[in-house]
Amino acid sequence: MNPVVKFILLALPYFFMVAGVTIYTRVNPKLGGIPFFYWYQLVWIFIASALTSTVYFIESSEKKRKVTR
Amino acid sequence: MFTDLDLALFFAIIIIVLFAGYMAYFWRKPVDMDAKGEWSLGGRRFGTVVMWFLLGGDLYTAYTLIAVPGAAATAGIGGGAFAMFAIAYGVMIYPIVYVTMPKLWNVSKRRGYITAADFVKDRFSSRFLAMLIALTGVLAELPYIALQITGIKYVLAALALPITVSLIIAFLLVAGFTFVSGLRGPALTAIIKDAIIWVAVIVIIIYIPIKLGGFGAIFGKAATISPHLLNISPVIDVGYTTLALGSALALFLYPHAITGTLGAKDSKTIRRNASLLPLYNVLLMFVAIIGIMAVVYFNAYPKVSSEALPLLVLHIFPASFTAFAFAAVVVGSIVPASIMALASANLLTRNVYLEYINPNASDRAQTNLSRVLVIVVIIGALAFSLVPAASGEIVYLQTIGGAFIMQTLPAVYLALFTRKLNKYPVAAGWLVGLTTTIVMLAELDFTSSLYKDFHFVYIGVFALLLNLIVVGIGMAIMKGMNKMKDEGIIDNSEFEDIE
Repeated sequence: MNPVVKFILLALPYFFMVAGVTIYTRVNPKLGGIPFFYWYQLVWIFIASALTSTVYFIESSEKKRKVTR
Repeated sequence: MFTDLDLALFFAIIIIVLFAGYMAYFWRKPVDMDAKGEWSLGGRRFGTVVMWFLLGGDLYTAYTLIAVPGAAATAGIGGGAFAMFAIAYGVMIYPIVYVTMPKLWNVSKRRGYITAADFVKDRFSSRFLAMLIALTGVLAELPYIALQITGIKYVLAALALPITVSLIIAFLLVAGFTFVSGLRGPALTAIIKDAIIWVAVIVIIIYIPIKLGGFGAIFGKAATISPHLLNISPVIDVGYTTLALGSALALFLYPHAITGTLGAKDSKTIRRNASLLPLYNVLLMFVAIIGIMAVVYFNAYPKVSSEALPLLVLHIFPASFTAFAFAAVVVGSIVPASIMALASANLLTRNVYLEYINPNASDRAQTNLSRVLVIVVIIGALAFSLVPAASGEIVYLQTIGGAFIMQTLPAVYLALFTRKLNKYPVAAGWLVGLTTTIVMLAELDFTSSLYKDFHFVYIGVFALLLNLIVVGIGMAIMKGMNKMKDEGIIDNSEFEDIE
């Protein structure tokens, strides 16, 4: 897969956790009573997992194609 | 209140789990009796599921169950919501693992490495640099082991045992288990331990929020106690992000994490786990919030923050479940402490003793030496369980270890991507990084790892930055002198996947 795309997908969590700290250090809007600060990071657990999985699936399907060819 | 019967139940569970793990060795006895190689990597046959439990289980130690809720139940800007740095940390671990660990696995499989120092030795053609990396690994494990021992101490203290007695029992449990099981059982005990912890954690994080009227009620009440329970103060933004990022960079440089990862069946297993393991953090987050719930339930910060989770469980659940949950925490601390001590002893035996003192030592002599070293390491860890951080926010013990191990990042992670790195700039960077870390920690009297005079920056990250600058300058000088060349004996193609 394109190394730039791979880099961006894997680097996004760092950008949103570190550089994005001012985005999420707030209490509102709450979700089910949970402050934004908390649920933003909870959501990122899933996004980060999805991003890494995406890279994994693309890379492993590319490898399979190479093998069958 | 806890009766003698509950106490008996508590110790019975601990002993049964540890004994079962020990017996499991005989059940899956390796064909090759070289117990050392067998133990250390389990013959490199762990598949996705076992790896998921083994590596994920590393997240469920005294760190998660005692230290993080304890941090959440601490007053001030460094407590409350600040404890959530552990979640940001969890989010940032795995993309790094995804790009680094498969490479390290491939080269280790090809060349039979079992430690990061083995790799460093060949990549830089320098057994001296390898020894520095090995010793840094051991140094970094000490405060992490200390955190486990301290965690056990606080659980026992919640059972109203005197604090000194608690510390002694905690030490004996860790040392005894490691010594008896030797270099054998912990990998399998880790799976049994995880099963118990999962049950305890799931019951705790479902029942307590219900009992306290749901998250709306919990955070509503928390807001009346302190704003720090809902959100971090902007003053500590830099501390929060650097601590999370630094911890993520550090985790898979720890000797025990590398040993665990190299035990995978293939590099695909590692990639798959790097994609799935983050989901473990969902539970971690709710465990962290237990600290907030403790403050809400008692309507005050606990006197000893590290007792937040044990005390809350003790007050809310019947004594028999409490005994089970406490035993889970204790087992969940003993097993990782033991794995960490064994990884350290392996490093000392393999990359120091064999390399420098007696290259012809028999397997038997090596195993015996490791046995002794394991006890030495655990005693060394005790020293860290007496530093001020151990009686305050014990989460800082782990971050002290992280600050040490992070200084090996150029030698291990960067060296995976370029063959041009030379041993001298890397060693100089290491020296500057580690010295900076130790000086700054000493300035804080080992109470914390956030440097309050400079935006509360995490000392490890600050030192790593200096470390990288020194490496960069060193390499620039070498380039200027036309001395830059391919180093070491490992060809870059050896990082490719093994088909």
